[in-house]
Amino acid sequence: MIHAYQVVVAAPYVAALVLLAIPGYRIGAIANVAASGVTFAAGLWLVFGERSVGDYAIVDEFNIVFITINTLVGFTTALFSASYIGHEIETGRLTPASLRFYHAMFQAMMGSMNLALVANNIGLMWVGLELATLITVVMVGLYRTPQAIEAAWKYFILASVGISLAFFGTILIYLAGQPTLGEGVPAMTWSLLQAAAARMDPAILDLAFIFLLIGYGTKVGLAPLHAWLPDAHAEGPTPISAVLSGLLLNVALYALLRFKMIVAGQPAALDPGPIMIVMGLVSLIFAAFMLYQRRDIKRLFAYSSIEHMGLMVFAFGMGGPLANFAGLLHMAMHSLTKSGIFFGVGHIAQAKGSQRIADIKGLSVTHPRLAVAFALAVFAISGLPPFGVFTSEFLILTTTFAREPWLALLPAFGLLVGFGALLMRLQDTIFGEPVGPAHRVDASSVPMVLHLLLVLAAGIYLPPALVAWFRRAAELLG
Amino acid sequence: MNQVYDISHLLAGVMLVTSFALLYQQRIAAVLNAFAAQSITLALAVAWAAWSENRPDLFITALIAFSLKGVVIPVALHRTVARLGIHREVEKVVGVGAALMVGLALTALAQALVVKIAQGPASQAREELALALAIILMGFLMMIVRRNAVTQIVGFMSMENGLILAATGARGMPLVVEISVAFSVLIALFVFAVFVFRIRERFDTIDIEALDRMRGDRR
Amino acid sequence: MTGNLVVQFLAQGAQMFFVLLIAPLAVGVVRRVKARLMRRQGAPLLQGYRDLAKLLRKESVVAENASWLFRSAPSLIFALTWVAAALIPTFASGLMYNWAADVVALVALLGAARALLALAGMDVGTSFGGIGSSREMMIATLAEPAMMLIVLTLAIAAGTTRLAGVADFFIAEPLAVRVSMALSLLALVIVALAENARIPVDNPVTHLELTMVHEAMVLEYSGRHLALIEAAGMLKLVLYLSLLICLFAPFGMAPATAGVDGWALGLLAWTVKLLGGAALLGVWEVSIAKMRVFRLPDFVGIAFVFAFLAILLAFLSRGAIE
Repeated sequence: MIHAYQVVVAAPYVAALVLLAIPGYRIGAIANVAASGVTFAAGLWLVFGERSVGDYAIVDEFNIVFITINTLVGFTTALFSASYIGHEIETGRLTPASLRFYHAMFQAMMGSMNLALVANNIGLMWVGLELATLITVVMVGLYRTPQAIEAAWKYFILASVGISLAFFGTILIYLAGQPTLGEGVPAMTWSLLQAAAARMDPAILDLAFIFLLIGYGTKVGLAPLHAWLPDAHAEGPTPISAVLSGLLLNVALYALLRFKMIVAGQPAALDPGPIMIVMGLVSLIFAAFMLYQRRDIKRLFAYSSIEHMGLMVFAFGMGGPLANFAGLLHMAMHSLTKSGIFFGVGHIAQAKGSQRIADIKGLSVTHPRLAVAFALAVFAISGLPPFGVFTSEFLILTTTFAREPWLALLPAFGLLVGFGALLMRLQDTIFGEPVGPAHRVDASSVPMVLHLLLVLAAGIYLPPALVAWFRRAAELLG
Repeated sequence: MNQVYDISHLLAGVMLVTSFALLYQQRIAAVLNAFAAQSITLALAVAWAAWSENRPDLFITALIAFSLKGVVIPVALHRTVARLGIHREVEKVVGVGAALMVGLALTALAQALVVKIAQGPASQAREELALALAIILMGFLMMIVRRNAVTQIVGFMSMENGLILAATGARGMPLVVEISVAFSVLIALFVFAVFVFRIRERFDTIDIEALDRMRGDRR
Repeated sequence: MTGNLVVQFLAQGAQMFFVLLIAPLAVGVVRRVKARLMRRQGAPLLQGYRDLAKLLRKESVVAENASWLFRSAPSLIFALTWVAAALIPTFASGLMYNWAADVVALVALLGAARALLALAGMDVGTSFGGIGSSREMMIATLAEPAMMLIVLTLAIAAGTTRLAGVADFFIAEPLAVRVSMALSLLALVIVALAENARIPVDNPVTHLELTMVHEAMVLEYSGRHLALIEAAGMLKLVLYLSLLICLFAPFGMAPATAGVDGWALGLLAWTVKLLGGAALLGVWEVSIAKMRVFRLPDFVGIAFVFAFLAILLAFLSRGAIE
């Protein structure tokens, strides 16, 4: 009997091996889409399948949310990539050989992220996340320009710092669990660790959580540790930027939340909530101000990702069923919207042959349809109704207001600052006198429109089944 | 039992001393030798744990540490340095003295953090954990205060040495993780090697400083 | 016990006497070993005594603008160093004045001697004296804290800063493998090399202005003044060798309760170990090169780093020692 979670992990890895063997990049791109489709189907099967807790794998309401988003965005990104990446060969930025490598690595990255999500073992989860990170490092350096190499190098250095600290934290968690759970695999198993949290040494848990917060926080892109994020987003291929923002940050956040569940199980240990609230707010407000100075459109949205990750960490730091629900919803909305925006940015970069905001003027004149879609996407991400991001941000702010009225002012302030910056930059790109070349755009607009429609639908009407599902996941978070 | 403990503590301490040696050295060749010495000490420490705690699986980890990080990688990096003909001197962001002082502060920090863990079943691992954490932090320090790409690689691997030491100190931690650590080092080396050559390809230098010109938003 | 008191007093006096007596011989051994390793004949072992005797007979030339400090410094330095050297337990740990042999006192005595020497070096106003003094102080600023830390490490382990007590502790305790102790030993060796103006920190036989430290300070001295300073230097070597022996190789030392026989045995053991240490120093000096002056802070800094690490580790593993 094959389980869906096995397919979710194994299918991308098998596909990666197959893709390495396929020489033609056109066939490779199609195979890439097919494999992502299979993974997505397995992800859907998981949603409707049964929940199970095994020795090495866990499937509960909480991680299914992540897996679903992961496989969905992975699928649409593969679709986008298939229509987009051919252009890179024409312009000579990539060779067919590097494209073959790109497709294989894309699948390996998806598989690693799924591994991190379904693992019921803190060591295995660490391995998955680390693999995914290392693969994205290679992908960011794919163009081999000096900037790309610098970005990849910076990313690698900071990511390895994060990796190491997280691993040290993992060892500490093992040490904390070992006296009650015994030596060996049980003391690294999620479900058992969480159940035994109340009997663990609070001092070790404190120390472990600090390390894990810094370690995985680096990958979430929390403020003092975010330096890699804008470079990595700006210099890598656009589909990778979409996956980085939309998925990898989420997986890191997932790891952090799992550990938060363990630490929260021991009342004598430090309370993760306030720390996460502070880190989230710092990231949110810092990134909001940084948005004003961006000259590169991908960097602009990279900072916007830091802003939104900050908001999510803030929401999960508040805790409680309602804030957790809002945080999860925001995560889903952000993933969809942000990857959609990066698809749009990919279109724009193809149309204008540049990522500099100064070179992208007057889109409404040269590419009216693209301009409208892009404007809607930016409206969505800046939290305007009727898009789903508005719903989730509204929920986060209102739940905060209900509990800590004064505290709610800070995220509201950060969001307003970010909103202003985004609209200002949007105006720069959409209106004005067109400058520079105006190429035809080959890439398919289906993925972007699909994401926008989903976000719009979620903003207008959330199906009760979905709400119930997210609510159950939020309850697991405690 | 006390003797067992003393020896593992001694080996961990020697590793920490080699961490300081990494910061102290002025020449890349000497840095690589110091790193090799650290890795071999790690191999000894892991082998000692394997023998004294009767965990034969750890011998594999010791063997990996010895062969890969003690011999193969230092030799390969020696060759890379010789072939690229890069500066023999280590390029520094801060001087040796200051780096050593910061290293001391980090060691003290590591101890202050770990000492809070209550005496108990984990207290045996506690001291080794403090030393391992100090080695990890020193690895970071090395990555920060040394500019050259090769010395940054060494800093990173020194950090991994500290991680393996910590994992060994945690009794009964499954081998899965240790192999994965060794595996990850391999990947890391692969990634690093690619970069070293690509950076070389682009700038005729592997000095990270050259990259800093690209920092920030392009104007 | 009154009869005993006289014996005790004599024993303490004998220690002072032996320390002074053996000092030129120890230096002679170092020089002889170096010479032989360089395939030279070398001066006789007793040359140190002859040099001192010669210098004492000679007239002392003093610069016109030298102050009282310049003239009085040699005697003071000699006295301070001699007291310090005599405080260290050599052949027996339980001598009459062992309570005075506190490591902190020892560091203070040596520090005072060093300060006097540095002042005397600058007193006449020649450039060499000034260079020497400033370099000496540069080294001292790192070596002295290192020394204090080593002392504290040992004090934590033994529970006392009294040297005799520390020695007793190490005689009684079975030799354990301890990182903090190994690090302290290394640090103490480096401090000893720096303090005694030995290679690689300084070269005792050169008068090259680019490199000299100690010799630059005493360049203006001659005759009996120089003899006293030279003797103080020799005593310092004995002091550090004895300190190393006392702390890290105390076996053979007569315990507090031993009688005259025990002392004789202890004296023999100490003499052998001291001369052996001197020979090792000779081998060491031949086998490595002198460092450039601007590298010195790094080298002496290692002593500080090791000493600091030692004390951190000692603090952490105190549970294991107890």
